[in-house]
Amino acid sequence: MTPLLTYVLRLADDNLIVAQRLGELIASMPDLEEDIAVANIGLDHLGQARNFYHYASELDPDGRDEDQFAMERSEREFLNATLVEQPNGDFAQTQVRQFLLDAYQVPLYGAMTASADERLAAIAAKAVKEARYHLERSSAWVVRLGDGTPESFERVSRAVDYLWPYAGDLFHADDVEVELAESGVAVDPATIRPTFNATVAAIFATANLTVPDEAYVRSGGRTGFHTEHLGHLLPEMQSLYRAHPGATW
Amino acid sequence: MSDRVSDRVSDRVGGPVDVAALPDVATLPDEEELWAAAATVPDPEMPPLTIADLGILRSVSRDADTAVVTITPTYSGCPAVDMIEAGVVEAVSALGVDAGRIRVERVLAPAWTTDWITEDGRRKLAESGISPPRPLLIGEPAGEMPKGEVAVALTAGLPRRPMGDITCPRCGSGSVVELSHFSSTACKSLYRCESCREPFDHVKEL
Repeated sequence: MTPLLTYVLRLADDNLIVAQRLGELIASMPDLEEDIAVANIGLDHLGQARNFYHYASELDPDGRDEDQFAMERSEREFLNATLVEQPNGDFAQTQVRQFLLDAYQVPLYGAMTASADERLAAIAAKAVKEARYHLERSSAWVVRLGDGTPESFERVSRAVDYLWPYAGDLFHADDVEVELAESGVAVDPATIRPTFNATVAAIFATANLTVPDEAYVRSGGRTGFHTEHLGHLLPEMQSLYRAHPGATW
Repeated sequence: MSDRVSDRVSDRVGGPVDVAALPDVATLPDEEELWAAAATVPDPEMPPLTIADLGILRSVSRDADTAVVTITPTYSGCPAVDMIEAGVVEAVSALGVDAGRIRVERVLAPAWTTDWITEDGRRKLAESGISPPRPLLIGEPAGEMPKGEVAVALTAGLPRRPMGDITCPRCGSGSVVELSHFSSTACKSLYRCESCREPFDHVKEL
């Protein structure tokens, strides 16, 4: 795979996998409003994933289409960061996972609108508006839970401690990203880390939460080394397609 | 293959077919007619408005013997796009253009904004009980932001922000509360009027 195809698939996979996680929650959220919200946010991510897969299919020497990228690849071929595959857990864990992803995607897409690659710039210009709205929502929930009851504070604190090492994977750049960033195509995650850190610091301070130390990062997702959770997510997501390859509505 | 095309034309004009008389670029409707036809397609999620009212319809053109209609989605994952495409093909077909010679293209750039909803579109929204989006102002946010939105201000700089207040589309009251960030569709949020107590949809500024 060319570096550009690899990069586009990483962007696509982050969005597809988190969309699948959010989809699992439909009809299971604590109230109707959250149910609608989780479905719509998932839909935004799925739409962003499709835009990236569509581009990937044009870059792919094997000519795989959107469905083949999503449904025919195995765990080792998915290039999402380990954060997005983490289970929904309780409500706090779902919101913290979303918040960490949103705090990353807003500056990511913001910077990508200036990419030398016009397709990436166009997809990002669309996606950044959606990501901002997601961040507004997930920030509000983190504050409400952290600044809420002892129970909600306890749960959101636990979620932060659990997810923090996986959030680090979002920033674990390899040569693919660094070299593409040098040619103005990709966003070097190191350049958006300060914005991410500032967002997290501001929201956590308001939420009475402590930003964990940078002790350990569970990296590897970008090169296909995942946690056990992706291996459980994929069979469910892909079962229909694999049973009826090429089926259409 | 050519027989099948001839059959279809024959069905349409109800007479014998002269292959030379099959529609070509010269007989494609002009761009004004193509636009007018595409502009009648209703938005599946807000049927009082057409895709032209919403600013989803971007352009029409003629590429050799093919009519090209360009649309842009409101949101990346807008589920209505396929239905809009089918609607465009149907509307342009009604001008006598074979469906095989109609191409609907999707563009992402420049990204759709609610500022593209026409005055007519805004009026139709309000008449349907849906609060139209407010115009967007380009610039930095002013004043104190409520907590929870701090991050947005920090990270995104909110390059555009809505001007003015949301009012109830039924009674005009400015005393409204947001009930839910998302409503019947991804592009709307749910509000309640504190004066007349009615809930209403608001098209989110984007």
